[in-house]
Amino acid sequence: MSAREVWAQGGDWSRAVEAAGEDRIIVNLGPQHPSTHGVLRIVIELDGETVIGCRPVVGYLHTGIEKNTEVRNWVQGCAFVTRMDYLSPFFNELAYSLSVEKLLGIEAPPRAQAIRVLLCELNRISSHVVYLATGGMELGALSAMLYGFRERETVLDIFEAITGLRMNHAFIRPGGVALDVPGDALGRIAEFVEDFPHRVDDYEDLLTDNPIWLERNRGIGVLGARDCAALGVTGPVLRAAGVPWDLRRAQPYCGYENYEFEVPVAETADCLGRYAVRIREMRESIRIVDQAARGLLPGPVMVEDPKIAWPSRLSLGPDGIGNSPDYIRTIMGESMEALIHHFKLVTEGFRVPAGEVYVPVESPRGELGFHVVSTGEARPWRVHVRDPSFVNLQALPAMAVGGLIADVIATVASLDPVMGGCDR
Amino acid sequence: MDAIGWIILVAKVLIVFAFLMVAVIVTVWAERRTVAFMQQRIGPNRVGPFGILQTLADGLKLFFKEDVVPAGVDRAVYLAAPLVAVIPAFMSFAIVPWGNTFRIGRRVVEMQLADLNVGILFFLAMGSLMVYGVVLAGWSSGSTYPLFGAVRSSAQMISYEIAMGLSVVAVVLAAGTLSTRGIVDAQAGTWFGFVPHWFAISQLPAFVVFLLAGIAESNRPPFDLPEAETELVAGYHLEYSGVRFMMFFLAEYLHVITTSAIATTLFLGGWRGPIPPFARPVWPPLWFLAKVVVLVFVFVWARATLPRVRYDRLMAFGWKVLIPASLVWVMATATLVALGPVVSRATLVAGTGLAAGALALWWLARVTLARRAGIRAARPGEEVARGGR
Repeated sequence: MSAREVWAQGGDWSRAVEAAGEDRIIVNLGPQHPSTHGVLRIVIELDGETVIGCRPVVGYLHTGIEKNTEVRNWVQGCAFVTRMDYLSPFFNELAYSLSVEKLLGIEAPPRAQAIRVLLCELNRISSHVVYLATGGMELGALSAMLYGFRERETVLDIFEAITGLRMNHAFIRPGGVALDVPGDALGRIAEFVEDFPHRVDDYEDLLTDNPIWLERNRGIGVLGARDCAALGVTGPVLRAAGVPWDLRRAQPYCGYENYEFEVPVAETADCLGRYAVRIREMRESIRIVDQAARGLLPGPVMVEDPKIAWPSRLSLGPDGIGNSPDYIRTIMGESMEALIHHFKLVTEGFRVPAGEVYVPVESPRGELGFHVVSTGEARPWRVHVRDPSFVNLQALPAMAVGGLIADVIATVASLDPVMGGCDR
Repeated sequence: MDAIGWIILVAKVLIVFAFLMVAVIVTVWAERRTVAFMQQRIGPNRVGPFGILQTLADGLKLFFKEDVVPAGVDRAVYLAAPLVAVIPAFMSFAIVPWGNTFRIGRRVVEMQLADLNVGILFFLAMGSLMVYGVVLAGWSSGSTYPLFGAVRSSAQMISYEIAMGLSVVAVVLAAGTLSTRGIVDAQAGTWFGFVPHWFAISQLPAFVVFLLAGIAESNRPPFDLPEAETELVAGYHLEYSGVRFMMFFLAEYLHVITTSAIATTLFLGGWRGPIPPFARPVWPPLWFLAKVVVLVFVFVWARATLPRVRYDRLMAFGWKVLIPASLVWVMATATLVALGPVVSRATLVAGTGLAAGALALWWLARVTLARRAGIRAARPGEEVARGGR
C-alpha cells in the first residue's frame, strides 16, 4: 500500500497529504466537481498552480454490467451494454452484436448493416457535440454548451423516431437490428444532413475563431504519437497526434469500405488538434450518414434463421410501440413451428458455439473492443470490454503534469471520457 | 448645513441605495433573460411578470437559508468578509453624478451624493477595498479552492487596478479635474453639431482599457478566475451559504453597475444628452440610465460569448499589454495637454484618439484574421491523410 495509491472507496486522503510534504498543495478534484465528466476523481499535487502530480481515480460509477451479462441470454446483453458508454450507446450495441455474430458465424443482412452505419454515425455526431458542449462549458464558454445540447437533441429525436428511445436503445442486436427504419425518419435525417453542416460552421465561428479558445487549447495536454502508442490511447487523441488510425478504415466492418469518407488528422497532438479532429469528424460523419441514408436498399433487417432472429416483430400502434398483431396471429393460430421458436428464444435464448472473439469498432472516443467468450451455452461465459474512456484516461498524468491546474480541466475535456463506459 | 439640507442628503442616500438594490435585482434578471435568449433558452419567466421577481424570490430564499459556518474557518474574518466585499461596492456609487442640478425653491440640488474634489480617486480606493472582501473570504475559509480563488483575485485585481488607474489618469489629464461632475462638464458640446465630446471618442484607448479592467475588477467572465466554476468550483465564496453568499453575489452585480456608471461618467458624457423642452429635470437621469444599461449589456454579452481566460495569460495580458498601452497613452495625452495653448486642445485630442483607436482596431482585426486563417487552413480537404488502405 504505497502513498501513491488512491481508491474509489476513499480512506486514502491523509496518506496522500502526508506524502506531499509541507510546501505542496494536494487538491482533490472530484468525484463531485463541476468539470469531471460525471464522477471522475483526480488527485492533483500542486506547486503553486503548476501540476507536479496527477492521479486519476476511477470506479465511482461501477455498474457491474460486464458481470451481469453472464447471467442473461445473448440478446439481453444488448440492453446491458448499451448503458455503459451512455453517450455512444449504438457503438456498444454494435461491437457486442458483431462479436456475437462472429461467434455464431453469421452476418447481418445488407440493409441492417447500412442502418447500423447510419445510426452509429449519427451517434458519433451526437457524442462529439456533447464533447463540444461540455468541453466548451469547462473552459467557460457557456453558450457552446447549450448549442451543443441543442444539436444533440435533434439527433436524439431522430433516434426516438427510429428506435422508440432517445438513449439505451438495445436496437442493434445479434443478427441485425430490431426494426426497420420508419419512412418519416429518413426525411428527418435528410433535413438534418442539410442543416447540420451550417451548425458546425456556427461552432467554428464561436470557438475556432475565438482567440481565448485557441489560447486555452493550443499546446495544452500534448501527447505525441509514440506516447499514445505506449499508453494504448486511440481515437481522436491518437489522430490528433498525426496517426491516421481509424478502425473504420483500417479494419472495416459493417461495409465501411463502401463509404467515401476521410480520416481527419492533426499534427499538433494538443487539445486544439483534438478539437479540430472532432470538428472535422462530424463533417465526415454527416457525409457517411448521407450516403447510408441514400443507399439504403430494400431487404430484411434481421437474419432469416428463425433460431436466432429475435421474434418480437414490433409494430407502432396507436398506443405506442407493441407487438405486431400479424405476428401474434402467426404464432398463436397459424404456425406451430413459429410458436416453438418463439418459446425457445424468449425463455432460453439461442446457444452460441464455444469460442472466443475480440471485435473492435471505432467509437467516438477510440477503439471500443468486446472480448466475448462462449462455452456453447445460451449465455456468455465472459464479456470483457476494452473501453476507450478507461484506456485513454490513463494518459491523463502524462498530459497534465507540468501544466497549470486550469490545463488539467482542458485536458480532461479533450479526452472526452465517459465514466459510465470507463467504470462499466 | 441646515435641517433641510440634511433631509435632502438623507433622501438622496435612500434614493441611491434603493436604486442600487432594485438595479441589482433587475440586472440579475435581465442578464439571465438575455443570456437565455442568446443561448436559445427561455430563462426565468414564472415569478411575476416576465419572471422579473425571480431574483427577489431567490434573495428571499437565501435569507431563510441556514448560514453555515464550517469548522476550521477563521470565524471573525469569515463572518466579516462578505460585508467588506459589499460595502465598498455601495460606496463607490456616491461620487457618480446621475443628473444635472435642479431647484427646490431657492435651493440648488445636485443629483449626486457627494461631489468630492478627489472624486475619481475615491472610486479607485473603494475598488481596492473590494479586493479585501475576496481575499479575506478565501483565506478565512481554510479550504483549498477558496484559497486559490483568493490568491488569484489578489493578483488579478491589483494588477488590473493599475491599468484602470492609468486609464483614469488619462481622462483626468484631458478633463483637467478629479471631480466627477467636472469630468462630465468637460464632455459638454459636440463636434460638427452631432458627435458629442465624449471621452469615449477622444480617449478611446483609455475607454477600452477601462472596460477590460472593469470586467476583470468585478470578476466577470471572461475574467472570472477567482470563482472559475469549472476549476475552483466556486472559488473564494465556495464555503459560504445563505445571506452571506448573497452578499458576495450582490457585491459582484453592484460592481458591474458601479463600473458601468463610472465608465458612463468618465467616457460617455455622464448624464448629458439632448434635452427636450418638457420635463427637463427627468431627462439627465434617463440618459444616464440608458448609457449604464448599454454598458451592463456589454458585460452580459461578454459572458455569453467568451470562454474563460487562463490565469497566467490574464496576468500577462494585464502587465504586458494593458499597463504599457495605458502608460503610453497617458504620455501622449500629457503631451497633447501641454501643447494645448498652441493648438486647439479638443481637436488635437480627438484626432489622436481616433487615430489611435483606428490603429488598435486595425491591429486587432489583423491578428484575428491571421489566427482565423491559421486554423481554418487545417480544415477538411487539406493535409488530410488517408489511413489504412
